[in-house]
Amino acid sequence: MAERFSPGETVRIREAYPPGHIRTPVYVRGKVGVVTRPFGRFRNPETLAIGRDGYPEKMLYEVRFLQKDLWPDYRGSGSDTLLLDIYEHWLERAS
Amino acid sequence: MRGPHDVGGLEAGPVETEAHPLTFWEKQIDAVNALLSQKGLKRTDENRRYVEMLGHDAYNCLNYYERWTASLSRMMIDKGVLTQDELDAKIAEIKARLGADAA
Amino acid sequence: MPDLHEHEHGHDHAPGHAPPQPDETIHSYYQLLGLAMKELLIEKGVFTAEEMRAAIEARDAIEPAQGARVVARAWSDPAYKARLLADGPAAVREMGIDPGETHLIVVENTPQLHNVIVCTLCSCYPRQIIGLPPSWYKSREYRARIVREPRAVLKEFGTELPEHVELRVHDSTADMRYLVLPMQPSGSEGAGPDALAALVTRDCMIGVTVPKLG
Repeated sequence: MAERFSPGETVRIREAYPPGHIRTPVYVRGKVGVVTRPFGRFRNPETLAIGRDGYPEKMLYEVRFLQKDLWPDYRGSGSDTLLLDIYEHWLERAS
Repeated sequence: MRGPHDVGGLEAGPVETEAHPLTFWEKQIDAVNALLSQKGLKRTDENRRYVEMLGHDAYNCLNYYERWTASLSRMMIDKGVLTQDELDAKIAEIKARLGADAA
Repeated sequence: MPDLHEHEHGHDHAPGHAPPQPDETIHSYYQLLGLAMKELLIEKGVFTAEEMRAAIEARDAIEPAQGARVVARAWSDPAYKARLLADGPAAVREMGIDPGETHLIVVENTPQLHNVIVCTLCSCYPRQIIGLPPSWYKSREYRARIVREPRAVLKEFGTELPEHVELRVHDSTADMRYLVLPMQPSGSEGAGPDALAALVTRDCMIGVTVPKLG
């Protein structure tokens, strides 16, 4: 059973670089953010992309990052954020 | 280790904020894409994968609907719906038809 | 007769990559390839020319004005706004709009928060609600920079936000599609639905601009 993440939980995006169709952009890999909400279960795009049926479904989470945590040279407000929708198998608990 | 599509955070120039309307050709490619999905011949995710597999050179040379054209045509060949020979012959036929019109 | 050289401006040339030569030959080839693919698919009975026409018409029929009506209603009707924020697809259906399979999330701008939408990986966009995305939304320049220097990009659209406002970028990486509910411009209170809807452009439902009076 895959990990379940709760709103408010701090997570790290897995730092992995598998080939193939991935919907986790490189710019957030290895970065730490906070789960804001679950969006429910959806078929896995990584296997849909190779003509499979996408099952078993993966839980999709909205994850929030502070822009200043993503970009060392971020020029904007310290409160600016970036939110992405990430499938559960790309998230790890961060202590 | 980025695919050519994974551009978030890269350096780039100013945004051309005036939108360009779609050409009729582009609308046709958009419709072909929609119909191929409706007919169950492909999924959106497959289209994305084929576009991502174009390689940096092709991805950056071709515009948006040209990339879809590349993706959809390659996908239809891989799925046995069309062959490259058929496409080549049809391209030659269209060229001849247009050349004849222009004469 | 199709114009072989008619194509979208602003090729996505990566900086530092010399475009392959000759450019025009490649673009002409792809125009032909697209037409050839379409004609072959019709010949093979995959779809018909009539279905092509209907698909193009269906796309053309969906315009940003449709989303503008949703925003205008939300401005005038707090209960509708609450339903819109809680369940986007159901709320747009109330307005006679068919969201199809879209997992629509409406995000609200407030005096403390400004939302802007992108799909860095491709061009995910709430097409069923407001039509096809503008050319700039699909461009390398927008997709690369809006996540990293959003305030600079917004400035290119003529939008500047005070520093105390949180600028929240949504990267549509998965199944959800986002629509921004902009703030109602002051001075427009009490205006009728058509007048309000006229204030709401596509660009402010993406979040790069805000509605303005006059």
